[in-house]
Amino acid sequence: MIQAIQLTRRFDKLTAVDHVNFEVQKGEIVGLVGPDGAGKTTTMRMLAGMMDPTEGEILIAGRKSKDDPDWVKDQIGYMAQRFGLYQDLTVDENMIFYSDLFGIQGHERDRLMLEYLQMTRMEPFRKRPAGKLSGGMKQKLALMCTLLHRPQILFLDEPTNGVDPVSRRDFWAILYRLVKDGLTVLVSTAYLDEAERCNRVGLMSQGRLIAMDTPRAVKQMLPERCYEVRARDQRGTREALSRVAGVLSAEASGGVLHVFAEPSISPESLIAPFEGATIQPISPSLEDVFIAMMRREERHNAHA
Amino acid sequence: MPDLAKGKLAVEIRALTKRFGDFVAVNKVTLSVPQGEIFGFLGPNGAGKSTTIRILCGLLDPTEGEASVAGFDVRTQSEDIKRHIGYMSQKFSLYDDLTVGENIDFFSGIYGVAKARRAERKEYVLRMAGLTEKVDQMTRLLAGGWKQRLALGCAILHEPPVLFLDEPTSGVDPIARRSFWELIYQLSAAGQTIFVSTHYMDEAEYCHRLALMYQGRVVALGTPEELKHSLDSHHLFEVEPADLLGAMDTLTGVKGLSEVAVFGSGLHVTATSDIDGETVIRSALSRAGLDANGLRRIHPSMEDVFVGVIEEEDRLRKEREGAVSK
Repeated sequence: MIQAIQLTRRFDKLTAVDHVNFEVQKGEIVGLVGPDGAGKTTTMRMLAGMMDPTEGEILIAGRKSKDDPDWVKDQIGYMAQRFGLYQDLTVDENMIFYSDLFGIQGHERDRLMLEYLQMTRMEPFRKRPAGKLSGGMKQKLALMCTLLHRPQILFLDEPTNGVDPVSRRDFWAILYRLVKDGLTVLVSTAYLDEAERCNRVGLMSQGRLIAMDTPRAVKQMLPERCYEVRARDQRGTREALSRVAGVLSAEASGGVLHVFAEPSISPESLIAPFEGATIQPISPSLEDVFIAMMRREERHNAHA
Repeated sequence: MPDLAKGKLAVEIRALTKRFGDFVAVNKVTLSVPQGEIFGFLGPNGAGKSTTIRILCGLLDPTEGEASVAGFDVRTQSEDIKRHIGYMSQKFSLYDDLTVGENIDFFSGIYGVAKARRAERKEYVLRMAGLTEKVDQMTRLLAGGWKQRLALGCAILHEPPVLFLDEPTSGVDPIARRSFWELIYQLSAAGQTIFVSTHYMDEAEYCHRLALMYQGRVVALGTPEELKHSLDSHHLFEVEPADLLGAMDTLTGVKGLSEVAVFGSGLHVTATSDIDGETVIRSALSRAGLDANGLRRIHPSMEDVFVGVIEEEDRLRKEREGAVSK
């Protein structure tokens, strides 16, 4: 449904998105994760037809975006980080406003509104001003407004920032219900635990897509082994370990360190210089792997 | 530093209640936090976390109950409290058009850091936050993670024994969040008490102890490990059927299965502990002609605990309301 081919965007000297290639199949939820400035939002905006690529091509449902921009726009919905809800309008009024914008009227509009309000369990709040909704309810309203023109593809840019876990689960349950009805979703997120909910996840760093696979496969992608290290002087130990040859990364994880090291290095030798330190192998989280991959990229670029 | 004796409580709250008209924002909350602890405060929006933090900072009077911070009473000694705490909120109040160094100087003045100590404190904060090389940079040009560390640095210039952080890492990327938490650990190791609210469940795991607030009450309290083991009313299963969405439909609504959600290439299914979850899941899938590949019980995550406790609260409340209406 979505194809990005050598997708590139430059702003003057800065290459925000650098030759990115990927595909999203119909009925998939694919996540894009990466630190601020990695190029997630710029990628989304190009795919959603809001910004032209400097190089490369986009196919939406098999058609080239640049050949059929209007047709493509009809196929997609884009929900920005700060979606434009009218705070002083009610839930109903916001939905009617967006229906008018999309040219959806009469019976069709009423039917869609009711369907979405029931699906999101927002029916009791129809008369409440958007400004008085909780964060999770605002996100649901924004989602409904985005869906009013029945897009086949949904782009969500960090949809659950600052939303509590119960509301986030609710939001994801709704997404999978929509996917069941044939929707395709590309979502960017800063929550790595949330990325685990996607069918596949892509890691972006400095404009490039450095990995894309199922969460489980991404976690097994690194040849290095992951260890948990406890040390008295955590910061000093981390800095020293980072300089050891064969150590890919040493990062704080609360009160312990998570260290990726080549399999040829024995764990005992790693902690030998640090009195009282302990080490044990662990299976890394998606976030651990993600940070380690970023470190590898940074080194790679530093040597290049 | 106005040091507290070892083992003394940094925060002590007894039956604390705050009403706004008919609305009970904080409902008879009792808890205590020993010195040096990193205490996490979780809960959905509107649960009463920020109201509690504001009362503890002496910004809001409680309706009933008692609270003391660093040994000072929130009702009668709120001025003392303000000198002994650091407070950093979601929207930290740095001056964008001042440099990093100028912001530090400005907050040193506000917090009444003794003139003789200002240079030393500034040096300490710059080093701790890794901002030494950025001292002359305009604050507005700093990336989000740096700004947040500067805000934390400004909040501890006056060496407060207790630090309140209200969703300090909201919207900050994973790498910046990790280094922020390393700072928090350093402060805790130096004896400072940190009271922090967050929506990030990985951060909750970093705390020594946690309180989960819901509808104004503390509904769970303990170490992350204790809380994960306390969720024995529900068992969690993972299964990877070929037809993921078909299986989700099949399992949704089956008696005894309270939640079915997609995770990557599999489903997480929550079963109440009074049924044999594994058999129920296997037979429901097999009746629908679906496979139960990889079905196994897994350990709940912090998020499972959070959602599980809140669903249990909702269920109990409905039961009570049902009993009353009969």
